[in-house]
Amino acid sequence: MIISVASGKGGTGKTLVATNLALSLNDVSKVQLLDCDVEEPNAHIFIEPVITRRETVSIPVPVVDEDKCTYCGLCAEICAYNAITVIKEHVLVFHELCHGCGACSYLCPERAISEQKKEIGVVESGQLGEMSFVHGKLNVGQAMAVPVIKKVKEKIEPDAIAIIDVSPGTSCPVIESIKDSDFCILVTEPTPFGLNDLVLAVETTRKLNVPCGVVINRVGIGDGRVKAYCQENNIKVLLEIPLDTTIARLYSEGLPLVTYMSSWREEFVGLYRLIQERLHEGSRSTKR
Amino acid sequence: MREVVVLSGKGGTGKTSIVGAFAALAQHKILADCDVDAADLHLILRPELKEKHEFWSGQTAFIDRGVCTECGLCRDVCRFQAIDNWIVDPVSCEGCGFCYHVCPVQAITMQENLAGHWFLSETRYGPLVHARLDIAQENSGKLVAMVRKQARKVAESEEASYIISDGPPGIGCPVISSLSGTDLALLVTEPSLSGIHDLERILDVCQHFGITTMVCINKYDINEDNTRRIERYCLTQGVEVAARIPFDNVITEAMVHGVPVVDYTDNGVTHELERLWKLVETRLNRKSK
Repeated sequence: MIISVASGKGGTGKTLVATNLALSLNDVSKVQLLDCDVEEPNAHIFIEPVITRRETVSIPVPVVDEDKCTYCGLCAEICAYNAITVIKEHVLVFHELCHGCGACSYLCPERAISEQKKEIGVVESGQLGEMSFVHGKLNVGQAMAVPVIKKVKEKIEPDAIAIIDVSPGTSCPVIESIKDSDFCILVTEPTPFGLNDLVLAVETTRKLNVPCGVVINRVGIGDGRVKAYCQENNIKVLLEIPLDTTIARLYSEGLPLVTYMSSWREEFVGLYRLIQERLHEGSRSTKR
Repeated sequence: MREVVVLSGKGGTGKTSIVGAFAALAQHKILADCDVDAADLHLILRPELKEKHEFWSGQTAFIDRGVCTECGLCRDVCRFQAIDNWIVDPVSCEGCGFCYHVCPVQAITMQENLAGHWFLSETRYGPLVHARLDIAQENSGKLVAMVRKQARKVAESEEASYIISDGPPGIGCPVISSLSGTDLALLVTEPSLSGIHDLERILDVCQHFGITTMVCINKYDINEDNTRRIERYCLTQGVEVAARIPFDNVITEAMVHGVPVVDYTDNGVTHELERLWKLVETRLNRKSK
């Protein structure tokens, strides 16, 4: 089963939920935690896994052999990303714009274009006891997170409960991380920003056809509009985490809540049971 | 005209609340919301919409099943696994056009994407340029570039002194687009290990692109040991820590009321924000000399 943890708004507690859910389920089941927030991965801070494998992620970018090139300009014409320009007898390739689609090298009439790998990030995997852990890191200065996310998701173990920590927002990295999930937990806070971005996150999961439920973090601040929205739209509030100085303190120190406030372990197992129930109900209603 | 972008790496550190405060404090400025997939600045500035423009960007392949001979070449060449059963998945399609170029029977067309909208609005603090990238769309970097371009246009015609931009979280495509060529990046962090980790990455990105930076530590009193750690780190990097803002519920209360915190109350938080803006303004003007 794949459960992704997303939010729309940043800093609402995705990593808090993903890491504590993973640690709580580790006693019950085979668990894998995957951090797909490859721009700013933080789950490892709370999990402290032993990293045993490190693989670089590259995309293929074109290299033009100017001995073969006739400067016909076809590559520049077909490149959808303006990553190649032909000026008189020069070919300029802008690697940072290239998506690695391979059209230029395939279509070059002179076969003058080959491909070389450009490193854009790394994927590291390891263990914490029984739990397996994977995260991706986009290299500084690189723009494209999606290929790194894809590489992280290739590591999903089908027999485990795979928990995916997603980056904030609603654009391509978020879509890539959430798609193919069985369920998506949306973490929000009871503030106007939290609500605004929750609505967008709900739309995102609906577009991807992934069922979702909500975790409200820092309950006690803000107002009641997030709860009202969930009620009106028939979205289950799966768990509420209060605004609490001990929780904030543990988080700031990079310490998992369930290790230091063990009563939370049951809460997170309960969260998982609620997800199971929702999925079970969902499959029953489609059978009818 | 000088431009400052407020960034953080980690989300939820308080970028938008700070930009909202700057909106109320700064004179002669244009505001830009460069967080195009989860924009929130409008919730504080409550803009009145003046103009709405379509943002067309990128393409998606479409297969005409009536013409298609199901030869499979398109599926074989596609590196984004976007073609299955002679149907293009628009979410996976990156619009490269490889399939369109190789299809032997010209069954594939490339269709332009309406990727989102950008808006020009008026607020009680001055003009705001903002945008909405449609869900699951690509090209957030290009929409950010559009927001900044339009903000510059308005700033020039109004002879504004400053453009104040609210940046997106992360370090990828939209972030790079929001900081390229800006005069100053104000990095907002919080004293948690995650905050510190993400500050280091966004600072690396700014240094990579040669952008001048300042750091603001928000909720500094949540963990003062970590705050000192951030200060030491900034010292080694030669980066100025411009402000330390205490944790205070008034920031959320002001958000609930839809006003910048400096217009909501007058206390330690607002004094620190006033001091911060003065410092940012000084740095922006010093750089122009």
